[in-house]
Amino acid sequence: MAMSDTELVPTGPAFVRREFLPAQPPPVRMTGALGWMRENLFSSVFNIVLTILIALLLAWVVPEIVRFLFIDAVWTGADREACHEAVQGHAIGACWPFVWERLPYFIYGSYPIPERWRVDLFFALLALGVVWMLWLSAPRRDLGMIYSFAVLPVVSFILLHGFEAIGLPVVDTVLWGGVLVTIVVASVGIVVSLPFGIALALGRRSQMPAVRLFSVIFIEFVRGVPLVTVLFMASVMLPLFVPPNFEPDKLLRALIGIALFASAYMAEVVRAGLQAIPKGQFEGAMAVGLNYPQRMRLIILPQALRVTIPNIVNNYVALFKDTTLVFIVGIFDLLRTIEVARIDPKWATPVTSTTGYAVAAIFYLVFCYGMSRYARAVEARLATGDKR
Amino acid sequence: MSTDLRTESPPPRVALYNNPKVRSAVYQVGLCVIIGLLVYGAASNAIENLRRANIASGFGFWDNNAGFDISQTLIPYSSQASTYGRAFWVGLLNTLLVAGLGIFFATILGFIIGISRLSKNWLLAKAAGCYVETIRNLPLLLQLLFWYNAVLKTLPDIRDSFTLGGAVYLNNRGLFLPKPSPLEGFGWVQIALVAGIIAAIAFRLWAHRRQERTGRQAPVAWVTLALVVGAPLAVFLLAGAPLLFQSPQAGRFNISGGVEVLPEFVALLFGLSIYTAAFIAEVVRAGLLAVSRGQVEAAYSLGLQPRPTLRLVVIPQAMRVIVPPLTNQYLNLTKNSTLAVAIGYPDLVQVFTGTVLNQTGQAVEVVAITMLVYLFISLTTSLAMNIYNKRVALVER
Repeated sequence: MAMSDTELVPTGPAFVRREFLPAQPPPVRMTGALGWMRENLFSSVFNIVLTILIALLLAWVVPEIVRFLFIDAVWTGADREACHEAVQGHAIGACWPFVWERLPYFIYGSYPIPERWRVDLFFALLALGVVWMLWLSAPRRDLGMIYSFAVLPVVSFILLHGFEAIGLPVVDTVLWGGVLVTIVVASVGIVVSLPFGIALALGRRSQMPAVRLFSVIFIEFVRGVPLVTVLFMASVMLPLFVPPNFEPDKLLRALIGIALFASAYMAEVVRAGLQAIPKGQFEGAMAVGLNYPQRMRLIILPQALRVTIPNIVNNYVALFKDTTLVFIVGIFDLLRTIEVARIDPKWATPVTSTTGYAVAAIFYLVFCYGMSRYARAVEARLATGDKR
Repeated sequence: MSTDLRTESPPPRVALYNNPKVRSAVYQVGLCVIIGLLVYGAASNAIENLRRANIASGFGFWDNNAGFDISQTLIPYSSQASTYGRAFWVGLLNTLLVAGLGIFFATILGFIIGISRLSKNWLLAKAAGCYVETIRNLPLLLQLLFWYNAVLKTLPDIRDSFTLGGAVYLNNRGLFLPKPSPLEGFGWVQIALVAGIIAAIAFRLWAHRRQERTGRQAPVAWVTLALVVGAPLAVFLLAGAPLLFQSPQAGRFNISGGVEVLPEFVALLFGLSIYTAAFIAEVVRAGLLAVSRGQVEAAYSLGLQPRPTLRLVVIPQAMRVIVPPLTNQYLNLTKNSTLAVAIGYPDLVQVFTGTVLNQTGQAVEVVAITMLVYLFISLTTSLAMNIYNKRVALVER
């Protein structure tokens, strides 16, 4: 017995309106920009106060940053005179000529200038591998896997360290520095930690008590101590543990420390992925007669790693930031080269330090933010895949 | 058609190398042998190398005279009279001090920012998001160096220090605060504080029991505030404010008296708090989002006001999600405090793994002790966390 609106009042009292009025637009102050501001910025007294406070804070911080980086910045000059407030007679922001002059040092460290094309080639090869692995619909990603995890490490080592037999002079690792070292340390951590992390995670879930015990001890020990102490251990204790005539070089020691550390963290990330796989998958794989390596390789790991890609990438972001700690054991990574350059008397001004740190901040921000955006995009992609 | 199921065929004969039990035993023995050989090789090399380099081993150095100065000591320490063992405790206490204060500030800042990110105020939510994204994506070491070298070291020197009414001084040597020294009668204030805390706990228990029995609520928060803060304050004023503040005295080249806070300490505390707060904010946000909307709606339909809804329904459920990762962040902060070594704050690593190791050369012992300290802190915390998790875990059918 649904009555239509017009039937509602066919014969009512005279003061009842018989027809509908045309709909009016909503009040202006509730829609559009004004309405949006009312709702999202000024909905209550408390919110009004908050909005004003935040706006004041931003009005103080943002122009200050813009002023420092662009407006008051010095763009050309030969030495500290150009960036000195007392000499120039006005407020000085970032001292960019210092960065232009030291940029090769920030990128290559003390790598011999005629050999720097090798570093450039390494960056290009690495970029190829990275794109191949990260672009989820790239062709032949299985080949990309082999390229990134087997071919690239060997080629990079030959390229960067040198190989006399094919005419590449050896470059001692003490000469390596800057972005090169940061990238090398991060890549080694990334490449080593994935297989080792998977092995440790499987070991921790193994049926064999001895395997489980060693995995748990390793993972919990490394995760329980700070990276600084792991690096100290690698740099001062490792030389004691090897035969006296075989002294590992300084960069290699730091790399070992980073690799150990990254593997333990990766193991826990992978373990979380393994735990997300329902038991039926294990049992199903067993029921069709696959043995343990087949089960893991064909059924479990592809699923476990897929769901945990965002966590793996986030772990890599943390690792990338942690590479700065090699600074403490005397490796010339990007941060260390900036530390060295900023106290150079040639460019000694009050703004040099801040300029140097701004360069490092932009570098790390671009890489880390890029990686975490990527992790989020993959997460969104996986989530839509799972939606029915 | 029916086959006789009862006639049991003998179990198929499996070759020994295909027997899972044998295989697993072989694998495990193999692993143990490999690890044993590695450990044996490392140990024998270490002994050989140490003997060759003429480095003593063992923990005898613990009682030897340290002979170096430490810039911040919470317990009495002097370079002439104190031992390496004493230096260890000084470093450990410095680590605990900066970690404890860092945890305190990071928690407050992190909760504020985490809640702000969920605020309906667009500007606030965006600003908080911007903070988290920026801070989380910059290495902590870079932030520490920035605070120390670019901010604190560029402050004016002593003659031109910033000052707050001649009581607080800030310059490139650090922060100088008035030093409180208790006079006669201050003991009463301390007694009042302890008594107030005990009374507050008792009142809380009583109020809880009465609410369970009769449903009547008591103003617990106000009474607690009055007992813990009000009572000692009243006693303090009654006793004639028995506390003397010694202001630091600024000379031309030095500031004497007062409490000196090292710039290294300030930089480390700033860096650690700001960095960890960004991570805590994410933990808090995730925890609050994990409480389903239906819980709030159900609470409203029971007639609860927004505030009790938050206090009795949302927060207890969110805490279950928040506490484990929050503890993890606390541990990270404690471990990250080792970065003090980069800016020269005398924490455990800087004092012990730095100076003591350089002086004694006993790398194995020193690094092992340092690692054990952090391992002990980590493992006890995760143990406590497991107990907590068991207690708050959802009881399912």
